[in-house]
Order: sequence, then C-alpha cells, then structure tokens
Amino acid sequence: MAVCKCTGKEVRSPQDEQLSELLDHYRGYEGALIPVLQGAQDIYGYLPEEALEKISQELKIPSSEVFGVVTFYSQFHLKPRGRNIIRVCLGTACHVLGGARIFNRLKEILGVENGGTTEDLRFTLESVACIGACGLAPCIMINEDTHGRLIPDGLDKILEQYE
Amino acid sequence: MSNLKTMRSKIEEQYKQKLNRPRIVVGLGTCGIAAGGNKVMEAIKGEVANRGLDVDVDFTSCIGMCYAEPAVEIALPGSASVVYGGIYPDKVPMLIDSHVVGKKPVMDLAAIQIPGDATPYKGIAVMEKSGYYAKQVRSVTSRLGRTNPESIEDYIATGGYAGIEKALTTDRQDIINEVKQSGLRGRGGGGFPTGNKWQFVHDAVGDKKYIVCNADEGDPGAFMDRSVLEGDPHAVLEGMMIAGYAIGADEGVIYCRAEYPLAIRRLNLAIEVAEKMGLMGKNIMGSGFNFKIRIKAGAGAFVCGEETALLNSIEGQRGMPRVRPPFPAHKGLWQKPTCLNNVETFANVPFIIRNGGEWYAAMGTEKSKGSKVFCLTGKINHTGLCEVPMGITMGEILNEIAGGIKDGKKFKAVQSGGPSGGCLPTEKLDLPIDYDSLIGAGAMMGSGGLVFMDETTCMVDVARFFLNFTQLESCGKCTPCREGTKRLLETLIRITEGNGTPEDIPNMERLAKVIKSSALCALGQTAPNPVLTTLRYFRNEYEAHINDKKCPAGVCPALLSFAILKDKCIGCGVCLKACPVGAISGEKKAAHSIDASKCVKCGACAPKCKFEAIVKA
Repeated sequence: MAVCKCTGKEVRSPQDEQLSELLDHYRGYEGALIPVLQGAQDIYGYLPEEALEKISQELKIPSSEVFGVVTFYSQFHLKPRGRNIIRVCLGTACHVLGGARIFNRLKEILGVENGGTTEDLRFTLESVACIGACGLAPCIMINEDTHGRLIPDGLDKILEQYE
Repeated sequence: MSNLKTMRSKIEEQYKQKLNRPRIVVGLGTCGIAAGGNKVMEAIKGEVANRGLDVDVDFTSCIGMCYAEPAVEIALPGSASVVYGGIYPDKVPMLIDSHVVGKKPVMDLAAIQIPGDATPYKGIAVMEKSGYYAKQVRSVTSRLGRTNPESIEDYIATGGYAGIEKALTTDRQDIINEVKQSGLRGRGGGGFPTGNKWQFVHDAVGDKKYIVCNADEGDPGAFMDRSVLEGDPHAVLEGMMIAGYAIGADEGVIYCRAEYPLAIRRLNLAIEVAEKMGLMGKNIMGSGFNFKIRIKAGAGAFVCGEETALLNSIEGQRGMPRVRPPFPAHKGLWQKPTCLNNVETFANVPFIIRNGGEWYAAMGTEKSKGSKVFCLTGKINHTGLCEVPMGITMGEILNEIAGGIKDGKKFKAVQSGGPSGGCLPTEKLDLPIDYDSLIGAGAMMGSGGLVFMDETTCMVDVARFFLNFTQLESCGKCTPCREGTKRLLETLIRITEGNGTPEDIPNMERLAKVIKSSALCALGQTAPNPVLTTLRYFRNEYEAHINDKKCPAGVCPALLSFAILKDKCIGCGVCLKACPVGAISGEKKAAHSIDASKCVKCGACAPKCKFEAIVKA
C-alpha cells in the first residue's frame, strides 16, 4: 500500500493482494486478530506498519489495540528479520578475548547495529549473554552453527557460507 | 449409527490384514524426527524397493522411549514384533538383512519385543516386563507408538469413536455421572474434578456453550500433551465431542501452542477426515447432534496456559488473565458457559465412557484416580514419556522406569510441576504421587514434567532459573506477580553472585507468601514455589552461598575458584592452551598455576586435564 511519489497513486504489491485475501477470509470471524496477524507475518516476514493500519481498519479494531496484541506475544516482529540470525556472544570469556572487536567488525561488514537487519534481509545481528562455548571464545552462533576462536579478519569468509 | 457399525467391522477386518503382513514401522513423533527419523524412513523405503521386498513400511508416533530414538519396529507375521533403538540410516541394510531377510532379530540393537500370540524371542525383554515399562500402565498412551496417528482406520479398529457412539445413545446426565464416578481430575495441573466441572457447565444457563481444549503446554521439561496430540489426535477430538454432547455444546476450540507444528498438522488432518466420514460436523452418526472443532494456534506467551488468559487470546486480545469469579463454566469464551479441559483430560474420556467409570477408578489412590502421564527428563538414564498409576512413588519412577541417575552420580532433587512446582529431596522419594500429597510436600502435579537433578546441581541456581522464567513470562497485569517475581529474582541473583545477606532468606519467604496469596492467576500464585521448596529442603545451600560465599555444587561462577593440584599436575600444558584468557601459566613439565585475578571461571580447563589435577571449589 505504498504511495507512488510521481503519480500519488496507491501501489499494491503482490503481498498487499495476499493480505486483502486474508482479510476477506477472516471477515466476520470472531477473534480474527491473532490469526490475521500470524497470516500477515507469514506474508511479509514481519508486521509492517502499513499492514497493521490496514488490519486495524478492516477488522475495525483500534490501532492501539492491534499494537498492544502485537507487542504482547513474542512471535510477532515489527521489524524485518534476516534469513540468517547471527548471535554474538558477549559473555565474560568472550569479552576478555575480544568479543567486542568481533562484534564491531560484524557491525562494520553488515552495516547494522545491535538488533539490526541488513537491507537484503540476509542477516540479523544480535548480541547474547553467553552461548556456553567459553572454551571456543570469542565465538558467535549463526542459526544453529557455532563458530569459535574467531579473529576479526576471518569473519568475511564465515559469512560467505550463509545465503 | 448403524453406519459406523458396518464400517467398523470392515475396518477391523482390514486392520487385521494389515497386522498380518510383514511391516517395518518408524517412530515419527517430534522426538523421532529430531533424532533423524525421516532419514531412517527414506533409507528403509530405499532398501525395501531396491531388494524388491514384499514388506509394508509404515510410521507411528512416540512409544515413549525418547532415549532410544530413532526407533524402528519390525513385525513379521507369526513372530514377536521387535522394537529397535538407535537405528541410524547406516544400520538399516544390516537390520533388514538380518531380521527381515534372515528372520533373525539383531540382539544388541533390540530394545523390547511385543510377542502378541507368538512365542517371544529369547534374550529380548518383553515390553510389559522390561525395565522401562514394567511399572507402567498404558491406557491414555495405549496407541502411542502402536498405531499410525494419521490413520482414522487404525483409530477406529482399536476401539476409536466407540465412546461417542455409546454416549450418543446415553442420557447426558448419565455421561456426567460416569465421569464423576471415574474420579478423573484435571490433568493440566490444577486437579479439579472433571465431572463436577462438566456438571457446572451443564447446569449453567446459556443459549450457546463451548468446549475448549488447553493444548498450550509451556512448562520447560513437559511434552505429554504434545505426545498425545501427535500420537492419538482422534482421542482428543472424541473426548471433546463427548464433553460437548454431555454439556450441550456444539462447538469446540483447541488452543495449541504454535511451537507444536506437527501436532497442529495431525489435528487438522484428523478433523478433516472425521468430518468426511460423518463422525464430526452436522448430524453426527445420524443422531441429530452437531459438533465442530477448530484449532487456534498460540502466538508465544506462557501465561496463555492459564485458562482465562487462554480465553482472552482466543478472542484475539492480549493473553492476560481475567478476574475470577465469574468462572469460565459460567462466563467463558465470548462470555458463554465454557468447559475448559486439558489435552490429557479429554484424551482419557473416550476410554472412561467405553470401559466405564468404575474401571478407571480402580486405578490410583483414594483421592486421585486413574493414571497420569509424566515426562522424565534431566540427569537420568532413560529420558522419555511414561504413564503410571497414581500412587506410585517418585523413587519407583526414578529407579525403575528412568533407570536411575546418569553416570553413577547421586540423586539430589526432582522438580515436579515445572516453574509452578517445587523441588523434592531424597526424603520424599517414598512419597506416593497424587495431587494432594504433592501439594502437601510443597510441589504440585502440574502438567507432569519431572526434571531429575543430581549432586552437581545447585538448588539456588535452579530457583533462579525458574524465577527468571516466570519473571519473563509474567504478563504484568497484577502487581504481586509483576513486581514480586522481579524482586525475588533480584535477590536470588544477588545470592548466586556472592552478595547475599542473612536477611535475604526471611525477606524472600515473606515476599513469596505475599505473592502466593495475592497474585491474580495461578501463574503468579505458584511462581514462588521453586523458591519456597528449595528453601524448605535445601536451606543449607542458601546459607552456604550467603554466609560462606561458597556454592557447594560448584555451579555459581562468582563463588567458584579453580586451582591446580601441584602433586597431580605433570605440566603437559593442555589446560594452558584451553584457557581463553591466559590465566594459566607454568613451565613445561612443571606444575602449572592459575592466576585468580585473570580467571573468568569459564571452566574450560578442567575437562581438558587428563590427570584430574584441576579442582573447583
């Protein structure tokens, strides 16, 4: 439901069409909000503000209530998430061995801050307290894989493995 | 009605034929799949096709022996059927060679055998007499690991839908009386008598009534409901239908947590097939009774396991508990009278209706009848799912079913009832388990998760873990829970970090009592249980943390110190390389030492030492 800046007309993406279909399916259905939000997140990968507005209008539920529900449940995300989630350990052992340098280098390569996601949605970068691999410090986890004994220079190579 | 009768005899005949054919069955519950069950399935199918064997390949759910996954059963007509454990794809050709082609079971991989009418093989434990199953009863779990959960035919052939068939020709009040007589109590943890609950909803005035099934199993260490949903979905549906008929509801909702995708898939499939066969939907079996069921997937909030929060979540709101009364039996879903029970409760109902309340009440203790499904996890030899009669002792579960504590270590405590329950010590191993005895001991039945802990577990750390969980999951609606759990957690963190003071113990006890008596819902009221039970049974550990600044189990990092025993160290240098912070120093072939000011207590060094020269204290 983006608006084209040249013509001022509404531009509908295929995802917006899918959302309309979803809303049609749930029209008049009691307690539709959560299944609609789950469906919308499946469509967009997260819950964009425009989609929340549209849901609020179509289901006739105030935006504040929709936002309240979205932020109550841990399943919903208001920002896009990457295809690969990088968790950088900043526990004690990693901290002492330069975990922060690894973290900074990753921020530099990806161009995002803590909790951020790259524009191509390839990576989301998060810091965690400890992933329990202190013997491999400093270490990071990408999805389910643990990478340890890292130095800032080798990080590009590791990221290349994840599409 | 005659419809199902004619259908049943045909289906039973087909099922008999199915059992009379050579079969290889793979366990594909969530645990089996996580252990690689799908790959094993592929390997078996490939092997059977390549050799052109006349063998059926089928799948089932979890038989309960999670420790033995991936599990494969081989059944040849006229012989005992054998369940194998730990079958990875590379073992498949050998297994098929030996058992299917050569008709010789592979002894060292066989876990149990189920002889049926055939002669048992020598050297393989018969299921009912094997260590894991001897103390168990298999009633609500009887189909788990035995039938194909995605086949309604398997369900019907094993007595399925006979309960609703019988119920539809019975007076409603008689059904409720039967459930009352069975003594069945809510299996979700509260233990409210199911028959009484049904009576309330039956008697409540309302133009519309609902049945709601609570499948939002969120306790860490609990997976009973998941196993039942994945292994016997039709039993849950049938139980809900019987309840619906008895109380006068025509609609049911299953609230299932989104983290159980396989359970949701199998439930949806079961609903679809049952509707197609006229066993659900409009005018069921020509009786004029209508009942439909839909599934509502949760969205990730532990508190939604609380019944009124769950109802709010179904209605599309924030999952926060309501003030009771009014109770859901009078004003539940959409303010209509609602009968809300847990998965295991509903799954028990068809068995009770089929076999009678008296049959069920014959099992168990005076006040807690029947059987209960427990999940065994933690530091034990046999993790898995078991169903036991009420009144069994915790010691029998630990030593006979769970196979005792792992690695020859000593038992320290068992956590019953998840974050809402409590930790019971060795002295309580003789306690017969039922709802009331557990509450008397400071714990609770909960949904049935039992986490066993050994001597290397720090009880203060365990209390901190559970408080951290409840504090994160507190919905924030009432002050005692929102603020109280936070303060309890802060105190526990302070103690584990070595900054506790002697006043912390009485302060925590007082705060815990306030939370228990004033929180709005069960999540808050039970949240202090882990603190209270550990204080009751393991007070000395708290005192050691506070007064001596020591963690007796050697878990809390801030209270640990690592040292190298000079007479045992040969100076090999392995620990020196393992240390991530360069805190270990020493010449080759001379005793090393640890610089306490540099050590971050990560513990990486100790397991590396082959000479047990590194000690923590």
